Amino acid sequence: MLKIENLHAEVDGKKILNGLTLEVGAGEVHAIMGPNGAGKSTLAYTLGGRPGYEITEGSVTFDGQDLLDMEPHERAAAGLFLGFQYPVEIPGVSNVQFLREAANAQRKARGEEALTGGEFLKLAKEKAALLRMDMDMLKRPVNVGFSGGEKKRNEMVQMGILDPKFAILDETDSGLDIDALRTVGDGINSIMRDAGKGVLLITHYQRLLDYVKPDKVHILAKGRIVKTGGPELALELEREGYEEVV
Amino acid sequence: MTDLATLPTTRDEDWRYADAAALEASDANTLTDWTEIAVPAGESRAESRDVTGIERIRVRIGKGGRFELSAVNAAPDYARLECEVTLEDGAHFEFGGVTIGGGSETREFVTRCIHGEPNATSNQVVRAVHWGKAVGNFLGRIEVVRDAQKTDAAQNFRAILLEKGASANTKPELEIFADDVKCAHGAAIGALDQSAGFYMAARGIPLEIARKLQVQAFIADAFENIEDGELGEKLLERALSVLEGAQL
Ligand SMILES: Nc1ncnc2c1ncn2[C@@H]1O[C@H](COP(=O)(O)OP(=O)(O)OP(=O)(O)O)[C@@H](O)[C@H]1O
Ligand SMILES: [Mg+2]
Repeated sequence: MLKIENLHAEVDGKKILNGLTLEVGAGEVHAIMGPNGAGKSTLAYTLGGRPGYEITEGSVTFDGQDLLDMEPHERAAAGLFLGFQYPVEIPGVSNVQFLREAANAQRKARGEEALTGGEFLKLAKEKAALLRMDMDMLKRPVNVGFSGGEKKRNEMVQMGILDPKFAILDETDSGLDIDALRTVGDGINSIMRDAGKGVLLITHYQRLLDYVKPDKVHILAKGRIVKTGGPELALELEREGYEEVV
Repeated sequence: MTDLATLPTTRDEDWRYADAAALEASDANTLTDWTEIAVPAGESRAESRDVTGIERIRVRIGKGGRFELSAVNAAPDYARLECEVTLEDGAHFEFGGVTIGGGSETREFVTRCIHGEPNATSNQVVRAVHWGKAVGNFLGRIEVVRDAQKTDAAQNFRAILLEKGASANTKPELEIFADDVKCAHGAAIGALDQSAGFYMAARGIPLEIARKLQVQAFIADAFENIEDGELGEKLLERALSVLEGAQL
């Protein structure tokens, strides 16, 4: 479903991804773990098409299409979702307005009918309830004044509303309290566990993987995948740390 | 009488950021005319402008009265709205203005707010959004006379430049002769937040729509205190309409 081959990327002239190869099939969840500064967020941003992230070598195909050839908003319309490690605040733009624009822009790009205000609100209510987020928060400006955990939960509400085919979730578990972690884990399963969907979970902790069971676990270090294993690799890392395992 | 009117030049303080060539080509009468408005004590008046050319408004707000001026300056040529307000005891002046546009035009607001008696308040919010080689200006002078205690005067200017060649100028001037006075002034000039732009793109929102949402949120501040909400909406729409046609 997502096929990354020999990806090299740099930011501000600094080489960060060094020949990264990874393939996630439909119906699969893969976890990526790795030390701070390894290039995990850089991988996420590069796949999302963030300006300033320059690809110097390699290829990425998403459902057979050349992902790197698409604009960021086209990637989203094609079904790619990026859960941000640090969700961005947008003063003056409410979550409802933002998400309705987003949902309808995606639908338009796919040649589908726009959602009416009523249809959208119904969908938003349903997904907010799934993630146990108060509807009132959706009326507030995007992420402005949200706590760290609320921002992460909001990312998942957005994912629920936009219903992507493939999600790259960058440390969505960081900053969540114990109950919120379970809610978010259940949310990811309910939104993304599907034979036609895929997930790349970037995380530092085993705990989220108890709820969202990965098919494979990869270790990313110095801009490339240095080791791949099953769920047991995450447990091994938790016990022994990167220095021992890598 | 008309021959006596002399053309202002950019050497005059109040005209320092004006378009010099446009001034020279102007009719001196339009530059020196005033529209006079008197707001009776305790009453409320509102004026709104879609600014074109040069207009000057002189207002006197009676005791406890309120005058509200809202304006969009999105003109295709040099355009300037100037407002001189004198406030009596307990009066309030509210100004919300937006300059927006590209090209190489200068669009400006100039206000002179005279707190002539105690207890008067004023609040001025101006937002500027420009691209191309356009210029947006806000010159705001606040004068507080000797006996005008408990004056509360606020002024806030923020500009977003969408392209490198555009510019914005602001020049607050405070002349305060009373001691029990609150004067708040803020100014900032910057660019659109690119991380917010990418965040929106990552959710499927194309660049033009993302930019429009950001600009809308930014300029909405200017009309937040306008009492007639529908008018505020109309002004927002008018301002955003020039952005829609922009080649960026
Ligand atoms: N604009 C930039 N200029 C130079 N170096 C950068 C820039 N952005 C990121 N880097 C560097 O790239 C490396 C990878 O950063 P990245 O954010 O991808 O790490 P990460 O694996 O996500 O780490 P963490 O686990 O802490 O989130 C880091 O060393 C970082 O300092
Ligand atoms: Mg990171």
